[in-house]
Amino acid sequence: MNPQNVTVRKPKIQKNYTKHKLLFFIILTALLMLAVVFANQLCPYNPNAQIFEPLETPSAAHICGTDRYGRDMLSRVLIGLQTSVLSTLLLVAIITLFGTAAGVLCGYFGGKTDALIMRVSDVCLAFPGLVFALAIAALLNGGLRNAIIALAVVSWPKYARIARSQTLSLKNSDYVFAARLSGDTSVEIITRHILPNIFGPILVTAMLDIGTMMMELAGLSFLGLGAQPPTAELGNMMSSGRSMLQTYPWVIISPGIAIFLAVAVFNLLGDTVRDYLDPRNSGK
Amino acid sequence: MSNYVIKRLLQMIPILFVITFLSFGMMRLAGSDAVLAQMQNTGVVMSKEVIENARAELGLDKPFLTQYFIWLINILHGDMGVSYISNKEVFPTFISKLPATLLLTALSIGLTVIVSIPLGILSAVKQNRFTDYFIRFCSFIGNSVPNFFAALLLMYFFSIRLNIFPVISRDITLKNAVLPAITLSIAMSAKYMRQVRATVLDELSKDYVVGARARGVKFSVTLTKSVLKSSFVTLITLMTLSIGSLLGGTAIVESIFMWDGVGKLAVDAINMRDYPIIQAYVMWMAIIYVCVNLITDLSYHLLDPRIRIGGDKK
Repeated sequence: MNPQNVTVRKPKIQKNYTKHKLLFFIILTALLMLAVVFANQLCPYNPNAQIFEPLETPSAAHICGTDRYGRDMLSRVLIGLQTSVLSTLLLVAIITLFGTAAGVLCGYFGGKTDALIMRVSDVCLAFPGLVFALAIAALLNGGLRNAIIALAVVSWPKYARIARSQTLSLKNSDYVFAARLSGDTSVEIITRHILPNIFGPILVTAMLDIGTMMMELAGLSFLGLGAQPPTAELGNMMSSGRSMLQTYPWVIISPGIAIFLAVAVFNLLGDTVRDYLDPRNSGK
Repeated sequence: MSNYVIKRLLQMIPILFVITFLSFGMMRLAGSDAVLAQMQNTGVVMSKEVIENARAELGLDKPFLTQYFIWLINILHGDMGVSYISNKEVFPTFISKLPATLLLTALSIGLTVIVSIPLGILSAVKQNRFTDYFIRFCSFIGNSVPNFFAALLLMYFFSIRLNIFPVISRDITLKNAVLPAITLSIAMSAKYMRQVRATVLDELSKDYVVGARARGVKFSVTLTKSVLKSSFVTLITLMTLSIGSLLGGTAIVESIFMWDGVGKLAVDAINMRDYPIIQAYVMWMAIIYVCVNLITDLSYHLLDPRIRIGGDKK
């Protein structure tokens, strides 16, 4: 089944295959998102009620056991997943919108604003990402909102650079000249001709970033710089269960698996979207 | 070549200014200074005049920029102030913890190279066979596990269940470094296996490979003599680009394994709001990062004639 030996029909098969794969992962992601959105309804118990025997082993009543305060772990994992996924999506939305806007404006208008914004992004890139994020989060005194701000400050330059370089190359293309000649304003050119064309690469970058961002956000929470207890968030749940690793490992393992699955689903979707949008896949 | 080196070194100067300025400004923004911190730590309430005097003594009443330059000159003398918590000098404390982190970083990069390059090449050579799928599957798993979860799992299996490695790696020995280094290299290897595979596949699809095969050159010879040689530069780039994420990643892993390096120092300092230590950490990590990037750029220049020409054009 070496595809190199299949010559004529390969592209079509490949494209169809990617299409089916994409559909499958979209459904998988949709299921994950349903679990996230309806986490409150899916919880078997109140995630913050300390009403059970502490540190029960997993059983039929408590599939993931209970934590040291006697809270149902499954409910906490579900709510924690909701917190992690929603805050990650918010973070990715912020950096995508802000980075793209900055990049497009820089690329399109150039001049002093361009130089200024690009120097600011150089400064952000001069620091190793997580170290800078740690410092900002520490400066802002932790909290989920501040962790999101910290990661946003560190991550937007990547989007700005992609958007800027794409805009620069589009700006001098014939159809943009034609649009300008026919009297389109800058706003019209940006919204009608530039944004739709840079949408693909930006979308792929954003999709592939969701997994990484989720891990980094959870990492900050794990260090105590993100969501604060008693808020259920996967990173801080694992951090508070750390001391019980030896005796009650499920306190760590269930939130760990939840975050792994969520990251895996988003990574699979991101990879497939990239393959699907990659023009090389339909040509070669 | 020497022109290029000089140009790059000159470009470093503004970057270093920005790094130090931000590190300094960060502490000011935190709204805390040595006098207030001392007051909070000792629990002694000082009168306004005493605070003013103490500030004047430390030069904290001078304008912001003046303070910055005084601070900068002190740094050049190796004086970064004292820790709010332990009252020890920051710079010696930081330097004493640095070797542990560098050892850990070097070990995990070494491990990543040993794991990801052979597996990546194997995966490319066996494209779309079982071996390839299996390696890609492993790399996918490695990419989706947060490092703190990987650390805790490794700790659970190897330290608690199998009792091979110690749970707490407080002493800086090679045996204690194994688990933290593995943790750090899991995510990195996973990422680089993919990249190595893509780079080698790209190289394998070039005409000269077909040409060599047509002339009857053994595939193993083409692979080792031509393909790997020309993939080398890309691979080095990828490795050095990862140093940035590695420097930050060590913070979490060090604090889980109690590995006594700068990452753990920083996390502890953050939890206790010990700003002088955080400041030293951010500043030195950024300087190390910038230097590593510089060395990488310079080494390309030596390695790859194509970049040499392109670089001079800039």
